[in-house]
Amino acid sequence: MTAVRTAPVTATPPADQPPVPPDRRRVPYLLLLPGLLWLAVFFVVPLFTLVSTSLQTGSLEEGYALTFSWSTYGGVWTTYGRQLLRSFCYAGSATVLALLIGYPLAYAIAFKAQRWRNVMLVLVVAPFFTSFLLRTLAWKIVLADDGWVVGTLQAVGLVSDTGRLLATPAAVVLGLTYNFLPFMVLPLYASLEKMDPLLLEAASDLHATPMTAFRTVTWPLSLPGVVAGTLLTFIPAAGDYVNVQFLGTPTSQMIGNVIESRFLTVLDYPAAAALSITVMAAVLVLVLAYVRRVGARELL
Amino acid sequence: MPERAGQQHGPRDLRLVGLRKAFGSAVAVDDLSLTIPAGSFFALLGPSGCGKTTTLRMVAGLEIPTAGQVLLGDEDITRRRPYERPVNTVFQSYALFPHLSVEENVAFGLRRRGRKDVKGVVAEMLALVELAGFGRRRPGQLSGGQQQRVAVARALINEPEVLLLDEPLGALDLKLRRQMQLELKRIQTSVGSTFVHVTHDQEEAMTMADTIAVMNAGLVEQLGSPRELYERPASRYVANFLGQSNCLDGSVVATQGDETLVEVHGVRLLVPGRLGPPGSPASLGVRPEKARALPWDAALPADSAVRDPALRNAIPGTVTDVSFTGLSTQYVVRTAWGEDLGVFSQNAGGEAPVLRGDTVVVAWRPEHTFPLAPASVVAEEAAEQPLPRPAVPPTMAPLGS
Repeated sequence: MTAVRTAPVTATPPADQPPVPPDRRRVPYLLLLPGLLWLAVFFVVPLFTLVSTSLQTGSLEEGYALTFSWSTYGGVWTTYGRQLLRSFCYAGSATVLALLIGYPLAYAIAFKAQRWRNVMLVLVVAPFFTSFLLRTLAWKIVLADDGWVVGTLQAVGLVSDTGRLLATPAAVVLGLTYNFLPFMVLPLYASLEKMDPLLLEAASDLHATPMTAFRTVTWPLSLPGVVAGTLLTFIPAAGDYVNVQFLGTPTSQMIGNVIESRFLTVLDYPAAAALSITVMAAVLVLVLAYVRRVGARELL
Repeated sequence: MPERAGQQHGPRDLRLVGLRKAFGSAVAVDDLSLTIPAGSFFALLGPSGCGKTTTLRMVAGLEIPTAGQVLLGDEDITRRRPYERPVNTVFQSYALFPHLSVEENVAFGLRRRGRKDVKGVVAEMLALVELAGFGRRRPGQLSGGQQQRVAVARALINEPEVLLLDEPLGALDLKLRRQMQLELKRIQTSVGSTFVHVTHDQEEAMTMADTIAVMNAGLVEQLGSPRELYERPASRYVANFLGQSNCLDGSVVATQGDETLVEVHGVRLLVPGRLGPPGSPASLGVRPEKARALPWDAALPADSAVRDPALRNAIPGTVTDVSFTGLSTQYVVRTAWGEDLGVFSQNAGGEAPVLRGDTVVVAWRPEHTFPLAPASVVAEEAAEQPLPRPAVPPTMAPLGS
């Protein structure tokens, strides 16, 4: 019998082997230390501050005090539920668009680009050399009413003669798609690039048409990249407020705009904090449901 | 997807007609014509880079020939897509789908052709390759030999008319390879498909194949059964790629009936067959195990040697090396003109021991001599033998059997 003996890798070492010296055992913890410190100072502590702020009551004039009141949460949900939903719709649309644009692009870079591969990867990342704000402002010019994009679309009849792009939900979704596209492309590329092209030859040899081979081999093997790419696009897009500010209208605000104005304009800190926590929790629930659904937990 | 072509007719030969493949200016396969009989175990044997894998890929449809045709019976499949051919491949690196279980890997081809009730067939196929009970594992959890058998099962389950094996045993260790060789031969006999096996391992080809085509630089050098190729190699290349040979160059002295007398540095040797008019160059070879190294006095007197056929072909020389391997003793005998001849003497007892420095006669029967393509054509290349990567011979016509 040629059965594989699945002896546990972590079997206890034979007695005659010397025990691992104590210095060696400390190494992993030492390596973890900088990251843990960073997270403690810049994530855990602010998170606690945020939670405690959300449980304060009072007013700007009298000052806020920690009263462990959960009422703020109910208030923000009823007042800003619409913006929260809109955020997820915009972010979801942008994620789907980015996937539709990014997958063929990543596929081409991984399998077809050959010696242009590195050039194309640099081009994907190139927008990062300019500031996020500048890039979004540039889109304002691109989508302007007298710009060539609107002109062309009007000429072919896709937009009515009085129609516009700027200050529409479409403009916001386009801006989000553009801004987060590299976060989609790079993980997709990483997972596709790992795939052995021979597998596609094998699939073809085993009577799979190119479409079937994609569905049964390429796509499942790229799922970790799809999951990583969609999360990296969706999560920051859902919390974004710059694109609405520049490309949208005050009536189409996303939750990020609300939090920004609560914190910086109205100075209603408890509401802003409660909103932040709500968004975080909602995103977390969505992400868990999504990852579960895709079944990519074991792949990640 | 079209129904599998193989179902409407009986066994069909695989025919390659004038097949040629060039990658840019590099010619991988050059005007290759072969007929591989239905149901045979056929080996394409050659060193790496000789075009054998490219040939296989053209049969699989993974490479489009620059010229020529691939035919199954009379049906031209040259331009058919790989997924439309009744041909399946066992890849060198197996190319198992890492995200699918062993069962799903094996069922892959059937599912693509729309078969639903695959469970029973898959279980049967896994039993055939002795992997029953491994169906739920992932390929990554199997050993190399097990993965190899999954790859065989995955291809065979489609009942291909032709199964292509691209050095499938290359990654296995020697013992496992031996075992798999016999296994593959057994499976081939039981399913009856045509197997085309690409390998650079002459022993593997000899063990498994009914017919071997020895390839060199994009051409078939010689085609035949393992025994034919071994006993009657047509060129130095084949003589040294399959086992070892002593090759000698000389010129024709006279033709005596169906034999030719060839003079090699003053020694007259008898070679079966007619090698051309007197004075024309001729080459011949003999296997080391067919030759004997006899002490000088045992071979004398010279005229008795003429009468004893076992001593008819005899070359005097000096033993320069003796290595005893238990099973046999290997001698190296240097001739008067400085050429080294190998002699394997089986350790059956009875032969007088020969020591280093002894003057001996290397003798063999004329019928054990095989004529070779004249040295003028292959001299350059012969100097390189038996290295696995020979220089490309300047002009070498494909030799039939």
